[in-house]
Amino acid sequence: MNYSQLFKDGLWDNNVAMGQMLALCPLLAVTTSATNGLGMGLASMAVLLLTNTLISSVRGIISPQVRIPVLIVLIATAVTLTDMAINAWMHDLYKVLGLFIALIVTNCAIFGRAESFASKQKVIPAMADAMAMGLGFTWVLVAIGAMREVLGSGTLFANASLLLGPHFAWLETQIFATSPDILIAVLPPGAFMALGFLIVIKRIIDSRVRRPADSALVQLQS
Amino acid sequence: MTSLAITDRNHPVYQAVLLGGACALVSLALIGGYLMTHERIAEQDIQDQLNTLNQVLPASAYDNNPLGTVSAFDHAVLNQPIELMTASLNGELTATAMQLTVAGWGGPLDMVVATTPDGEVMGVRVVRHKETPGLADKIEIAKSDWITTFDGRSLRNTKASEWAVQKDGGVFDQFTGATITPRAVVRGVHSALQVQQQWQQHQTEDSEP
Repeated sequence: MNYSQLFKDGLWDNNVAMGQMLALCPLLAVTTSATNGLGMGLASMAVLLLTNTLISSVRGIISPQVRIPVLIVLIATAVTLTDMAINAWMHDLYKVLGLFIALIVTNCAIFGRAESFASKQKVIPAMADAMAMGLGFTWVLVAIGAMREVLGSGTLFANASLLLGPHFAWLETQIFATSPDILIAVLPPGAFMALGFLIVIKRIIDSRVRRPADSALVQLQS
Repeated sequence: MTSLAITDRNHPVYQAVLLGGACALVSLALIGGYLMTHERIAEQDIQDQLNTLNQVLPASAYDNNPLGTVSAFDHAVLNQPIELMTASLNGELTATAMQLTVAGWGGPLDMVVATTPDGEVMGVRVVRHKETPGLADKIEIAKSDWITTFDGRSLRNTKASEWAVQKDGGVFDQFTGATITPRAVVRGVHSALQVQQQWQQHQTEDSEP
């Protein structure tokens, strides 16, 4: 198992949101601030880690014909347990993310990884895949959240101490003294625009990276 | 034959057992999770309600448990009955608090209003709302102190026609870009005071005979 390829896929090449174009519902809904994005990303990663590990360890007994209901039941349980745990022990975070945690169950990325990776691989690679995909999803959520928050409310990581504890209060920064109030950024259309820009940036970088390699190949041929 | 069916992954019996087993295990896990968390979640909910209450009602104003006094009160002001709580100090009524919902611009707007026994607003807070961020969220205390302009208002010192935003000829400030939201909040506080008045009359009628 090539772990560096696994992480390269998760973080960039085959990123959940920008490569596979999955999980866009929670992505668009919660990213009104970088903190919300981070919270949702970490919660999704926790669920993904749980489901990938679970499904990979029982993959030998799952019959291919009924695998979809079995996977759905397992994923729904993992999400419900996470929802209850966050409500009980991280209540402040729950007040921010409450509605969206239950929605992780509809996150296609979780089912996608279970079906295409965890149900065919050993436990350790499945966990590594969950980490890679989860981190990739988290950074995209934080990036979109940050873009929208800076433009819409002029702050970055506001309320981060609610999520991460008082030690992280230094993360909360006021970027603009008076908020620029580009309201569209924090309204739903802003989410689509931010995602669009991010995908454009990724594709530009990808094409820049690919081009020199192409020309080297042409030189070799000639 | 039957022993074969149980181990053959393509046999319907195996699949039924697998699906049933998965559901049974998952139910057990959920029961366990519920048992571990439900008490804490209930505690947190009560704490949340108390925190909201303490924003409109200073903790020094009561020594009872207002959350234990919640009762639905039928009135003629809003369509739905309002849940009313009473706060008392040394057995004497010091305040009433109620939670009510009015229609805002983006959806329902939940607020808590605390009033003194003679019908003066002690405090108002919007607990939950879906108003436009940046424009109408100035109704939150975290964003603006607009919501405190209701403090001290009563049906006596503010006439019925004055219970409106300035644009509609009332005394309350609306903020730039949002009229519907402050209008809804003003209507909510006004209804709360009317309900409180009715409740007060109801109480004295009850105690007289």
